[in-house]
Amino acid sequence: MSQNRVASHTGAAIDFTFNGKAYQGIAGDTLASALLANGVDVVGRSFKYARPRGIFGHGAEEPNAIVQLGSGAGTVPNLKATQIELYQGLQASSVNGWPSVNFDLMGLIGAFGRLMPPGFYYKTFMYPKKLWMTYEHFIRKAAGLGATPVEADPDSYDKLNQHCDVLVAGAGPAGLVAAREAARTGARVIIADEQSQFGGSLLASKQQVDGIAAPLWVASLVAELMAYSNVQMLPRSTVFGYYDHNFLTILERRTDHLGAVSTCGTRQRLHRVRAAQVVLATGAFERPLVFAHNDIPGVMLASSVSTYVNRYGVAPGNKLVLFTTNDNAYQTALDWQGTGREVVAVIDSRRNPCGEIVAAVAAMGIEVIAGHGLIEAQGGKRVKRALVAPINEAGTQVTGAVRRLDCDLIACSGGWSPAVHLSSHTGAKPQWDENIVAFRPGNSKQQERSAGACRGTFDLQGCLSEGASAGADAALLSGYGDGSPQFPQIAVEEYIEEPQQALFLVPHTKPTSRAPSQFVDFQLDVSASGIELAVREGFESVEHIKRYTALGFGTDQGKLGNINGMAILANALDQTIAETGTTIFRPAYTPTTFGAIAGRDVNQLFDPERYTAVHRWHVEQGAKFEDVGQWKRPWYFPQQGETMQQAVDREGLAVRNSLGILDASTLGKIDIQGPDVAEFITRIYTNSYLKLAPGKCRYGVMLKEDGMIFDDGVCACLGDNHYLMFTTTGGAADVLAWLELWQQTEWPELQVYFTSVTDHWTTATVSGPNARRVMAKVCTDIDLSNEAFAFMDWRDGTVAGVKARVFRISFTGELSYEVNVPAHYGRHIWETLIAAGEEFNITPYGTETMHVLRAEKGFIIVGQDTDGSMTPADMNMDWVVGKNKAFSFIGKRSLQRSDTVRANRKQLVGLKTLNAKEVLPEGAQVVFDAEQKIPMAMQGHVTSSYFSASLGHSIALAVVKGGHDRLGQVVYCPLADGRSIAAEIVSSVFYDPKGERQHV
Amino acid sequence: MKKYSAFSLLKNALSYHENWQKVWRSPTPKQDYNVIVVGGGGHGLATAYYLAKIHGITNIAVIEKGYLGGGNTARNTTIIRSNYLWDEAAQLYDLSLKLWEGLSQELNYNVMFSQRGVLNLGHNLQDMRDIERRVNANRLNGIDGEVVTPQRIAEIAPLINISRNSRYPILGASWQPRGGTARHDAVAWGYARGADALGVDLIQQTEVTGIRRKDGAVVGVETSNGFIGARKVACVTAGNSGVLAAMAGLRLPVESRPLQALVSEPVKPCLDTVVMSNAVHGYISQSDKGDLVIGAGVDSYNGYGQRGSFNVVEHTIQAICELFPAFSRVRMNRQWGGVVDTCPDACPIISKTSVQGLYFNCGWGTGGFKATPGSGYVFADTVANDHPHPLAAAFTVERFDTGALIDEHGAAGVAH
Amino acid sequence: MLLIYCPHCQEYREEEEFSYGGEAHIMRPLAPDALSDKDWGDYLFFRTNARGIHHEMWYHAVGCRRYFNATRDTVTYEILETYKTGTQPTITGANS
Repeated sequence: MSQNRVASHTGAAIDFTFNGKAYQGIAGDTLASALLANGVDVVGRSFKYARPRGIFGHGAEEPNAIVQLGSGAGTVPNLKATQIELYQGLQASSVNGWPSVNFDLMGLIGAFGRLMPPGFYYKTFMYPKKLWMTYEHFIRKAAGLGATPVEADPDSYDKLNQHCDVLVAGAGPAGLVAAREAARTGARVIIADEQSQFGGSLLASKQQVDGIAAPLWVASLVAELMAYSNVQMLPRSTVFGYYDHNFLTILERRTDHLGAVSTCGTRQRLHRVRAAQVVLATGAFERPLVFAHNDIPGVMLASSVSTYVNRYGVAPGNKLVLFTTNDNAYQTALDWQGTGREVVAVIDSRRNPCGEIVAAVAAMGIEVIAGHGLIEAQGGKRVKRALVAPINEAGTQVTGAVRRLDCDLIACSGGWSPAVHLSSHTGAKPQWDENIVAFRPGNSKQQERSAGACRGTFDLQGCLSEGASAGADAALLSGYGDGSPQFPQIAVEEYIEEPQQALFLVPHTKPTSRAPSQFVDFQLDVSASGIELAVREGFESVEHIKRYTALGFGTDQGKLGNINGMAILANALDQTIAETGTTIFRPAYTPTTFGAIAGRDVNQLFDPERYTAVHRWHVEQGAKFEDVGQWKRPWYFPQQGETMQQAVDREGLAVRNSLGILDASTLGKIDIQGPDVAEFITRIYTNSYLKLAPGKCRYGVMLKEDGMIFDDGVCACLGDNHYLMFTTTGGAADVLAWLELWQQTEWPELQVYFTSVTDHWTTATVSGPNARRVMAKVCTDIDLSNEAFAFMDWRDGTVAGVKARVFRISFTGELSYEVNVPAHYGRHIWETLIAAGEEFNITPYGTETMHVLRAEKGFIIVGQDTDGSMTPADMNMDWVVGKNKAFSFIGKRSLQRSDTVRANRKQLVGLKTLNAKEVLPEGAQVVFDAEQKIPMAMQGHVTSSYFSASLGHSIALAVVKGGHDRLGQVVYCPLADGRSIAAEIVSSVFYDPKGERQHV
Repeated sequence: MKKYSAFSLLKNALSYHENWQKVWRSPTPKQDYNVIVVGGGGHGLATAYYLAKIHGITNIAVIEKGYLGGGNTARNTTIIRSNYLWDEAAQLYDLSLKLWEGLSQELNYNVMFSQRGVLNLGHNLQDMRDIERRVNANRLNGIDGEVVTPQRIAEIAPLINISRNSRYPILGASWQPRGGTARHDAVAWGYARGADALGVDLIQQTEVTGIRRKDGAVVGVETSNGFIGARKVACVTAGNSGVLAAMAGLRLPVESRPLQALVSEPVKPCLDTVVMSNAVHGYISQSDKGDLVIGAGVDSYNGYGQRGSFNVVEHTIQAICELFPAFSRVRMNRQWGGVVDTCPDACPIISKTSVQGLYFNCGWGTGGFKATPGSGYVFADTVANDHPHPLAAAFTVERFDTGALIDEHGAAGVAH
Repeated sequence: MLLIYCPHCQEYREEEEFSYGGEAHIMRPLAPDALSDKDWGDYLFFRTNARGIHHEMWYHAVGCRRYFNATRDTVTYEILETYKTGTQPTITGANS
């Protein structure tokens, strides 16, 4: 039996280690309760001053007990010990402290804490200037909490998209009854709670509900809910974000209670819920009291002490001093008394506490010291005593002699702060309510209502009746029930409470600036004096104070500290809390695993891979692939021992000299039909299609309305009212959306219909002098003669027994046929062509060779040779612009703007290096004078550059200012290695300038 | 202004920090100023500071509807770099970077400018062409940068995944060693303190509700606390620029979009540089406090709500997990959004307007933080001389009529 | 994340199915070539960028692939109505 375990509390033993030391807990423990049971006082060190810290709370509010769980790839940093369910073999360690958490050398720095007030970074480390990076190195080393894994996450995560009528966030008393009321109407209900068990505060309650012990009442209600088929219950599930249009996110921890790494499916699941109505029943956090050295291990929240005693059977100490401003916390004295351990005294800041429970405590012989404050805790790594003194009625001054009370546990309560976080995510501004000394949720911005403690209703009866009303109301507004609660009122036993005192900073005998640190935000060591200092320095806005002091920026996000901090600020500014305002809580309510937010969309599923129907064949041939948009395109097909350049040389020469074959299936294909199709595409393209006859193709360029080239490709007239538009591989989706935009929003009178058929067709392009011969072997029903089937014609026919469309278009400048067949026949047609081409040494080529061949021809690639700032004229393609078209096509007007008609624009040219073997790097900048000093006057840049095997020298395309008038000039490309490569500006057409070869 | 130093810290510690000087005054607005700067973010405060410091104009008010530095200054991911593609942008951002390099000393306020370098990753061949082009241009403009291999990337950021088997393998990157991060709030506070010390009135919690004009010239602003006269009004209100423009009967080529960001819980140092990826679409750095600071692109729709849609956050985190598979088990602590004023060419507008004495500095989109000092510097010059500073000349609003856009979408790409 | 009613599909669908199309009701000039650079620039780039009521185009990209308009509050993000292209909004704000 561990030293602090209450004898009557038993369970199966669970072995675990903390900081390498073996301990035993029991089933049902959290790591925190198990550590407390074993008398572990120091579990962490604070962020800034490395002060020893113990467990302070029992849930999401815990600021101190931050641990590293597990090791290796499965480790998780920064978990709160209060939220870790104990499992056999659990390993955890403190995140700070060197050499150990019990003896931390950094703690010495804490002794100089006075040198590190808020903002001290901003005031120093500036001189000498060059040392800042060294200072920063050490600042960073001292910061941070746990450590990230250094290996890939072994776990997987998934997501569930859900719709429901009523989502209930929180399964405490209000949430449970809300769910029950909604469930009975037939509404689809999801109820989620961050804890392993439903019940919330009732799990640790000694109260009787409906005549039975609270935990038993919870169990029966949970059983009742489980019987509803329309209710989904999500334990270990945190509603962490509330977004627009009633979209909420829930993180379900499926396996974390079983081990660090899941052995049974996805570790965590993200529920993406669109709820018609929401009931927020997220409870409240007890507020600590801010007194000197309130951070020493052994100072805890009163409700946490009760929770450990009642729910976990752990008494975290021996001699308790309870310090409260309210009746509610007196329960802790009763609970502690029940363990048989000593209650030294109850310190109540109020002059005349007179509630029923006060009387009950006094009746047990416990000393109640009224009108006093616990002004300072003393001790090193554990509380040894409390200093208690009378204080004035306003709670601002010590008015009498200090009394010392020996103790090892201080439970404190400054009242309760509703957990308004989710309501605040919606944009609702929390409203200060003097009556309950707390912020209530602001006016609702979504289809939600709060119920119970998160609405500022702290008595159990109130929580239950609000929950019932909220559940019925939410059901009604989502279309179920009549809006009134149906279950009878639940009888509860509770004390009637008297008003609490608003006390946010307990006075000390010394002024705040000189008193021992009175901590407000434990994790980041924000103290009351720090907040007052920030005000003294002129910061007035609560956001400034937060940012200057780091208040609320910890991993607990100020669940404990924010309200006290704000109140201390208000006081320092001589304002009310309402005037001072609040800060806006943002998601996540509690920290949420990146992996769960990413879900399945990582690794190979990060983005879909698109394959052509011939992909498998390419893989079998050992092709190297290039990512083009989502597509995997064969880049080149290396043979045994070949370098990329050797493969590309071989592939290119094959096309120029005999025959090559390219998988061009990825080109976008849009089928366009309708009586106005020719008019429509003539408005979109720069050139005209009004007179294009069936059987003919035409190359077109489309511009954005700003006149800049957007996409290009061939468009074929399939019939009078029927066109097939080819787009670039990467541009297909954008082009389709573009066409639909103009048709639907500007020219709905034009009857045109668009269908993406990219994936429907496989395109095998045979290119080279032997292209006709190979086609003749596989296609007998098309007259392939140049007279009958000329360049830029297309024909219907049968290829290898498959109905096909064959296009005589060419991106290589050679005689080419693009054979299009339904994708199901893709591999068949491909392999048939390969077999038929064997006698011509048919050579599959990839995108790299395609790029070389088209560059030899001076054909541009949109997106490579253009960059969104290039017009057709810049590309030397004025011939594609129909200047006399009746309709002012898209982008036409922009071509006349003063900057677009300016001389000296960057224009497409060819570059030929003076050293023929030297290949310019793509992206090299072009200058006219290589000798000039930096900054150099840059005149353009190299867009495409290759070694051309068929020409025997390197070739490059570039855009150069005024380039069209500079043919023959020598320019320079200064490289990073100091060389400057000289090149002559030449025509961008290097090969077959008259274009004869594609016409044969 | 009392100087900050280690010595002043020690001295004040001995007196329990009871004697620190106020960081700035809380003045009552005068009836009339030479210049009113509307917007007390980093850019506005820098503008006021340089107007006072360099141009000797001290009869200035900065009018802020909320608190100083409370807009995008407080919401950005603090990345600083100058490796922009086009000469005009690169020179403007590099002026800024040079000012950053001495800013802590200039302001006597440690803005924690950390020159830990910036990697812009390339994941496909076109990315690499663009990176080569940009780095070459930067080099010839005198801006540091080099193209680095995946192996070098892994040395700089060991937890990054350079496997060839990832969905979009990292093929290389540009590396700008002078880039880095700074403490965003400190920048606003430092400029505010400096401007205040030079006599600038910083007026918070006062909203400009109208721009009063007479005979085509500005005469002052209407505010939630009454009229304040001014010869010149300089608007530096980021996401709310369109609203200010409308007050003067103008329209701007900007649209206000949500830009989201998020931080993890603080962790021990695990990333010593800034990593950005256009293709995988996310960027990440680690703050001195230990948080992983993460962002991506803007939401698609116009929005002034300082929040965006959750799917954008999901995509961002997917990108980060893709680049850093080890971060999958780290947890998101907090997410938020700002309102960024995006221009069609992803470059700012620093401009006079058709109203005499009315100036706009806006359109910084997702990349404004890094430009804070340079933006303030050239805008102050523009306002003081009623003529564009040479480095601002290309950024006038007229470029949207002539077509002389400076398309930095490639460099601005993923935001920042 | 927005929940958007597509007036063509007559259903509420997730924002992820849609893409944003920019400000609505900007007519392409009928005779662009007659416009000055300034007027053309105005059409191309200048927007109301309203804070509050905003009429905007949405495209049901992975749904019916139809454009439609929405009246949306750019501060609260509340969608006040959606309506088909070519029709007029019933809700207008001071800025529109």
